[in-house]
Amino acid sequence: MSGGREPILAMRGVSKRFGAVQALSDVDLDVYAGEVVALVGDNGAGKSTLVKAICGVSPPDTGTVTFAGREVRVESPHAAQELGIATVFQDLALCDNLDVVNNLFLGRELRRGASLDEVEMERRSGKLLRELAARIPSVRLPVASLSGGQRQTVAISRSLLGDPKVVLLDEPTAALGVAQTAQVLNLIERLRDRGLGVVLISHNMVDVRAVADRVVVLRLGRSNGEFRIHEVTNEQIIAAITGATQNVVSERVARLREQSAGDDPLAAGSAEGGA
Amino acid sequence: MVDPVTEPAVPPPTPATELSSPKEAVGGWLQTLRTGDIGSLPIIIGLILIVIVFQSLNPTFLNAFNLVNLCLQIAALGIMATGITLVLMLGEIDLSIGSVSGLAAAVLLVTHVNHDYAPLLAVLVAVLVGTLVGLIQGSIFAKIGVPSFIVTLAGLLIWQGVQLRVLGEQGTINLPPAGTLVRWAQFSFVPRWLAITLAALAPLLYLLLSLLTRRRRAAAELPVIPLWLPIAVAVILLVLLQLVVAKLYLDRGVPWTFVFMVLVVVFFDWLLRRTAYGRKIFAVGGNIEAARRAGINVDWIRISVFALCSTLAAVSGVVAAMRLGFANQQSGSGETLINAIAAAVIGGTSLFGGRTRRYAPLLGALVIGSIANGLELLSLSSDVRLIVTGTVLLAAVVIDALVQRSRTSHGR
Repeated sequence: MSGGREPILAMRGVSKRFGAVQALSDVDLDVYAGEVVALVGDNGAGKSTLVKAICGVSPPDTGTVTFAGREVRVESPHAAQELGIATVFQDLALCDNLDVVNNLFLGRELRRGASLDEVEMERRSGKLLRELAARIPSVRLPVASLSGGQRQTVAISRSLLGDPKVVLLDEPTAALGVAQTAQVLNLIERLRDRGLGVVLISHNMVDVRAVADRVVVLRLGRSNGEFRIHEVTNEQIIAAITGATQNVVSERVARLREQSAGDDPLAAGSAEGGA
Repeated sequence: MVDPVTEPAVPPPTPATELSSPKEAVGGWLQTLRTGDIGSLPIIIGLILIVIVFQSLNPTFLNAFNLVNLCLQIAALGIMATGITLVLMLGEIDLSIGSVSGLAAAVLLVTHVNHDYAPLLAVLVAVLVGTLVGLIQGSIFAKIGVPSFIVTLAGLLIWQGVQLRVLGEQGTINLPPAGTLVRWAQFSFVPRWLAITLAALAPLLYLLLSLLTRRRRAAAELPVIPLWLPIAVAVILLVLLQLVVAKLYLDRGVPWTFVFMVLVVVFFDWLLRRTAYGRKIFAVGGNIEAARRAGINVDWIRISVFALCSTLAAVSGVVAAMRLGFANQQSGSGETLINAIAAAVIGGTSLFGGRTRRYAPLLGALVIGSIANGLELLSLSSDVRLIVTGTVLLAAVVIDALVQRSRTSHGR
């Protein structure tokens, strides 16, 4: 579904080093409008580092980031939000003591004279949640009394108020029950239907298969394959995650391919297919 | 294993959204009401019980003279409780408010009596001293990261020391008995016609604002409260206020200092609940990390709240000194601090931060003030008074902790 169009977000040759640890080396990532890209990989594969590089928490050392056709440098979370990159972190940043409306509008309250415009905020909250078909019993309930799935829904909806183009979701279904997970997956599809580029970080193959259009596998800080979800089996993805494809035979194939493509300058930087 | 996925991803699920159903929305609103506004009911019941007990022990408790005295007595307490409520909302504590009020009293008396400052100027200087103290303590807490408990515990000693130094060898300074300051706090009462008018206008204003909000909500197609509710509340409020006013004017009437305290409480209630600044205080008290990620300047909120708290403590010290007509080395010491914290907590402010009930300082000050006043009428010695006050505070804190525990277990 993304063929032939410009990606909304394109990262090329992104590397990041923490002291002696090479967390990311030469990673490429494309995100198109209206698609869900799943970012998978084992613990320590660099998923979180890549997300932090995108959302401005810790900018990459090298590599280029192109957003909406323009090369940008995302130096801070604020800059990322200004561009239109919203991030929902694993530990939900919600205030338990405030209700849904107040959480949605936290830090960007609407005013009416000196005081807050509660009516307008409540109206817009209701509208947004209805558009997303989110199941929240009442927007005036304190967030503490919501279920995990509902809280995740609020957190994701909150990121949409800034009118972003790309949404990064860090393990949105971790620690959720079956029904709640389905609720969040539905929400992710609705984000895609709104024409947003969604980056979904997940450990859960079932969730990835359910909503992703493409899967990007990271392994030990490198791109280790990129698949269209309908052209790949779970076993292939898991093999890419665990590195089971990296045996002598596959390495030989890769080397031969690299040699034969040696004259082609476009293929020179391709890291796909293993280390 | 390839495609049997738990949830078929494609079809848009669930027909109607619960939000649009008015029944559900009203249910949700009732639930908020139950946990919110009507939550002050237990305090009011407690207050009625206290009144019944003291009235049966000493029939002079409810006479007009004593009620006017009560109003005079709790003005300073209510103002201080308003300040500490803000700090408690952040989940922090300020132990220095008693000392700060004593220091402000000392500054007021020294500037006005010894240095002949004009009354208003002396008040202003004393209050600004409080603001300065709050800025210092708040900055040390917010910027350096010393726990507020320790910063303000040190402040408790330091400002008491400064108070002694300011008072000098005199120890006690008296206000001129017929002077402006004494007149303001002891002999200024609202004219009867004005009190009756205000007691009628306040419920009307409430009704008007409620109806306006109701209309705006209806226009925005949001769930609205039933029409009878604000009308009923306004009528009850009107009757209650008129009765109280009628009773108080059997004696001297409503003191201006009491009106001032009520205005302070109402203003800060509005600030907390209806402005972006107040919302930030709620957020910092609820989840500091979330507040930070939402772009809230946490340091600024902390410093400004500590400054407001100390400022109000200084105002409270000034009001107390004006009522008593003197300041001495004991001003602001003893039960002052604990009474203010007790009032805030009994009023429904959580020590865990992020939660307070409407008009908590006023209701709490009424409870604590009534107990102190009633005990005084029984002319009990200070040992009983200390034990009772301490027990009341402990009870309030225990209830707060129990409520907090049930909240966590019920996910609320």
